[in-house]
Amino acid sequence: MILSVDIKKKLGSFFLNVSFQADQNILGLLGASGCGKSMTLKCIAGIVTPDEGRITLGDRVLFDSAKKINLPPQKRLVSYLFQNYALFPNMTVRQNIACGVRGSKATGQQIINQKIKALYLEGLEDKYPSQLSGGQQQRVALARILVNEPLVIMLDEPFSALDSYLKWQLEMELISNLEEFSGVTLFVSHNRDEIYRICDQVCIIDNGKSEPIVKTPLLFDKPKTLSAALLTGCKNYSQIRDLKNGLIEAVDWGVTLACAEPVPKDACYIGVRAHYLTPVASEGQNTIPCRILRITQDVFSTIVMLRPFNSPNLSDFANLRIEMKREEWAALGAKDELFVHIHPYNIMFLR
Amino acid sequence: MPLSPLYISLKVAFVATFFTMLFGILAANRVVKLKRFKGVIDGIFTLPMVLPPTVVGFFLLLIFGNNGYFGKYLAQIGMSVVFTWQGATIAAAVVSFPLVYRTSRGAFEQMDQNLVYAARTLGMPEWKIFLLIIMPSCWPGVAAGTILAFARALGEFGATTMLAGNIPGRTQTMSLAVYSAVQSNNREKAFYWVIIIMGISFITMLLMNYWTGYQERSKRKRA
Repeated sequence: MILSVDIKKKLGSFFLNVSFQADQNILGLLGASGCGKSMTLKCIAGIVTPDEGRITLGDRVLFDSAKKINLPPQKRLVSYLFQNYALFPNMTVRQNIACGVRGSKATGQQIINQKIKALYLEGLEDKYPSQLSGGQQQRVALARILVNEPLVIMLDEPFSALDSYLKWQLEMELISNLEEFSGVTLFVSHNRDEIYRICDQVCIIDNGKSEPIVKTPLLFDKPKTLSAALLTGCKNYSQIRDLKNGLIEAVDWGVTLACAEPVPKDACYIGVRAHYLTPVASEGQNTIPCRILRITQDVFSTIVMLRPFNSPNLSDFANLRIEMKREEWAALGAKDELFVHIHPYNIMFLR
Repeated sequence: MPLSPLYISLKVAFVATFFTMLFGILAANRVVKLKRFKGVIDGIFTLPMVLPPTVVGFFLLLIFGNNGYFGKYLAQIGMSVVFTWQGATIAAAVVSFPLVYRTSRGAFEQMDQNLVYAARTLGMPEWKIFLLIIMPSCWPGVAAGTILAFARALGEFGATTMLAGNIPGRTQTMSLAVYSAVQSNNREKAFYWVIIIMGISFITMLLMNYWTGYQERSKRKRA
């Protein structure tokens, strides 16, 4: 079963233009807050109508602006796990789950009991949603979706409403609960770690526009665009000028760097992850002389903000950020100035 | 002392409240979903609350009078609402309608829309969503509006006089009885009805407060 989405919608000054195809592998939609991820899900569910485009699921057309097809949400077989789970507060756990049953009542009871058992909700059947913990609420919402037997499950930031110490466990629970689901799964998040752990492939949505789908490991190893690099947590960027012969000028950092790969024609930026910048004692090839701006102690690491000496760019964009273990930083001996080295292999070219 | 004003008042108020509740909820549910002309339609629905009752009565006569836009068709089948308790009911319903409409609208708008969306994606038909999900979560607001509307319908005076008149035993409600008693300098009779009206109104408000408290308690029980 393939879910194919190609839609456009204008909302004031915001323009949503999303297109992707999802199959059985979990597809992550990664983007900053307000980039149109939830709006995309709402369009697929039929809650919001796109201005134009086409949404198909297998051989069924859910939406087609040209043919004036717009199936109501009730008939799409697309389910939506809301951020706040949207459990009906006036109904018990069992009644909530029963709302998801599409078929007859008799077979419904059976499948309800089965899901209550599978999702460890036994004993909670007669409780109201407000009497449950966040994790229990999520399992009820998931049970309600699973008895519905949808073809697509869409998860909208399912962990954002939870305390962080709960997240890890719930994440594993959710994934194992979804394992037997054979339809299309979309997972929306602004959290790169969740996406990396949960999704097989990722579609980046940047300010309403979708980028081509990539395999998750590839996105993190070799992001292609500046926004992809930003969303995957890369911290250091510079505009570049190609000097040929394997050399580039990192304009914002005011240095010339050697790179391991030929420079792609459409590259405008380079990015280097914070843990690939290593402090060194003296100047050499691919080193950047810097002034220390700020030292922040994190739980297990030290984060140091640096300003390249020769940087012509006055904005924070040119600043460098390095991250290392606390002991390593202490062993280095804090100074006002620092050389950082970038290995040619660790330079990522970005559009 | 004849008790007919009490009976007529209660009959008018109950019947009027039944219809205002029904139409108020339906109208609010419609208006919330409107994309265009929302402000205009909302204004029209709220108007009876802010217009002088005599103006409402004037319009009602224009519509339901024996030569009115709608009244002349009623007259053709031998019906008339002018000078009848049905007329008083129409007047009371129109005047109290905005109270149900506005409180229901507020309740519908404050509701978590994700509940409705979730129900839709689960395949629940719209009528079922309305009855099983929207109404239960908006009921406290709707009920409070309905009780206020009942109190308002019970005390309706201006529009009622214009459409139904003030005929003892037929259309004279308690508030009209007070007016007639004062006009004829019968203080004792006026006092009598004043006390009954105050008693009923006060009990109604007590009921409403008790209801709100009950809602809060049952919500806490679920928490």
